[in-house]
Amino acid sequence: MSSPEDGWRRLDARTVLASAVLALGACLAAGVPVLLGQRGRDTFAFTLGFIGTGVVLLVGAAAVIEYVRLARTRFRVGPERVEVHSGILVRARTGLARERVRSVEVTADPVLRVLGLATVRIGTGQKASASDKPLELRALRRPDAEALRRELLERPAPPDPADVPPRDETLAVLDPGWIRFAPLSALTPALGVAGFGALLQGSDWFGLQRTVLDDAARLALVLGVAVSLVVAVLVVAAVGTVASLAVFVESWWGYRLTREPRTGALHVRRGLLTRRSTTLEEDRLRGVAVVEPAAVRWFGAARVDAVATGLSRGQEQRSDPRGLLPVAPAAVVDRVVAEVLREPAAPTTQVVLQAHPPAARTRRVRWASAVCLLPAVALALVGLAADAHGLWLPALVLVLLGLAVGTWLGRLAYRNLGHGLVGRYVVTRHGAPGRRTVALRRDGILTWTLTRTPFQRRAGLVTLWFTTAAGEGAYGVYDLGVEQAMTLAAETLGDRFTPYLAETRVVA
Amino acid sequence: MSTDVPLRPPRESLDPRVRSWWRVHGLVWPLLLAVVLAVLGLLIPAIGWFLPLAGAVAVVGLLVALLFPAYWYRVHRWELTHDAVYTRSGFVWQEWRAAPLSRIQTVDTTRGPLQQALGLATLVVTTASAKGAVTVAGLDHARAAEIAETLTRATQAVPGDAT
Repeated sequence: MSSPEDGWRRLDARTVLASAVLALGACLAAGVPVLLGQRGRDTFAFTLGFIGTGVVLLVGAAAVIEYVRLARTRFRVGPERVEVHSGILVRARTGLARERVRSVEVTADPVLRVLGLATVRIGTGQKASASDKPLELRALRRPDAEALRRELLERPAPPDPADVPPRDETLAVLDPGWIRFAPLSALTPALGVAGFGALLQGSDWFGLQRTVLDDAARLALVLGVAVSLVVAVLVVAAVGTVASLAVFVESWWGYRLTREPRTGALHVRRGLLTRRSTTLEEDRLRGVAVVEPAAVRWFGAARVDAVATGLSRGQEQRSDPRGLLPVAPAAVVDRVVAEVLREPAAPTTQVVLQAHPPAARTRRVRWASAVCLLPAVALALVGLAADAHGLWLPALVLVLLGLAVGTWLGRLAYRNLGHGLVGRYVVTRHGAPGRRTVALRRDGILTWTLTRTPFQRRAGLVTLWFTTAAGEGAYGVYDLGVEQAMTLAAETLGDRFTPYLAETRVVA
Repeated sequence: MSTDVPLRPPRESLDPRVRSWWRVHGLVWPLLLAVVLAVLGLLIPAIGWFLPLAGAVAVVGLLVALLFPAYWYRVHRWELTHDAVYTRSGFVWQEWRAAPLSRIQTVDTTRGPLQQALGLATLVVTTASAKGAVTVAGLDHARAAEIAETLTRATQAVPGDAT
């Protein structure tokens, strides 16, 4: 079964040694401080023996487990696929079509490097849930690992993006006026509060924190509660505004969205201190998301994000590589969406959105009210616990306020709920108080998933998910009527969905 | 108002032995919890009320383990069509999924210790989507290996990188 003729290969036996060394290192890191602490005491010899036995046992166990793992692991690179059999308790047989291999990574920690070994990780470019790990082979002799990497990636290298001629077609450039939308960001209050934190931290470095706090308290006493609250809010707003303007300038300075004419790839260049440049090949683009955060929406503006494969958020920690356009007026948004998708008009505005059943509104109002009633419940509980009757009136006011805000939010969320088809795109919208509209290319959809919670079941609703390899991976069309969901899925996916309809049902 | 979803159920049920797997699973965890609660209740007099709680957990676990697998067995179904894997799962939180062969990236089988004892395996079909893999838990071991083999071969026939 494991004869070399049928191509099965094994990992390098020295991996056992590497794992034993690693285990020994971990044991020493834990044991030595304990021994140092015991130095010179009567119990030193006992502790030494105790820890010594433990180390021998643990290192031995690590070596044995690793030996069994190695004995159980074998892999084979066939002409068409890679297969790995592994696992000590849970046995796994993993097969992978070679065509799906996107990346092969050869790494070595210091111990492996000394032993001339390396770990090979074979990735398929899937960025799914946390449980999706790349195929890992630990460890092979370094030349073998390199050979395996070359063997798996025997494909012509893609053209270097640095070679492209600079005569790009410009789709959008920064309009300095857009900075007026920056303070409307949800970040502004947070930045304002962070300003206070920075002040306290800074004064602490100079040993002045007490002074600052005392001064603030004295000022608050002089001004009275109401006035000092107003002053605090104003200061937070001012600091937040200045900070959000600074953040905007730093992130979007010199913003330019261009298209490279030969390949159709999109380039986003922006940033003042950190210059960011994102390239997006056109065949990786699956659609766009038009995001309208609450405050921004009331001023008729929105931002545009790309829905594209291979743009993970972890790629670049400090900035979102998906951003195609900062918050800008609706007319600019529509033009950019249309040009990015190469459509005559933006699908996100061309679409006629269909409303969802009224049961969806009931659900939204209920959920929003429940959430908005939480502060009232908390206050009432405090009132009960502290036996403070003075809190009943404020709690009652909060209840009424919570119900009003909840109903308003729920109704708004229902108004923002919708879906529709336009040309090659399926468009879905949801959210409150902000909202997002996603236009997804129908041929970019991988699969469908239909889910139903017990609450939805009673209300006759379902949620239809379109999964893609792009962006967030799954875009939900929430609380559709059952029939509506069937129609939408059938119209969007055609014969990728209709075979699953019940036979009793007549398909239009 | 409750409307039935007009999707046809997938053609195949799981291996009948899956009910034993669910029963053991349904028993082991509540019993472990019950034992821990009981021991705590016995050792620490201040939380003596843990004892009846342990009893309740054990009884509920027993009822669930005895009664529910039959329902679950009816609900969890799967099917391999000529171009997709189609599954239905969830008794309370229901889910219907289809993964077309052209979008499949890897096909694996995994077997826990209990599954090995019962001769069962879980088929894991990974697509590029963040909704995660499509899994069929509780197939006959040999059957699952055979299906994984077939699926891996079938996915090679389709060009592209499955995104």
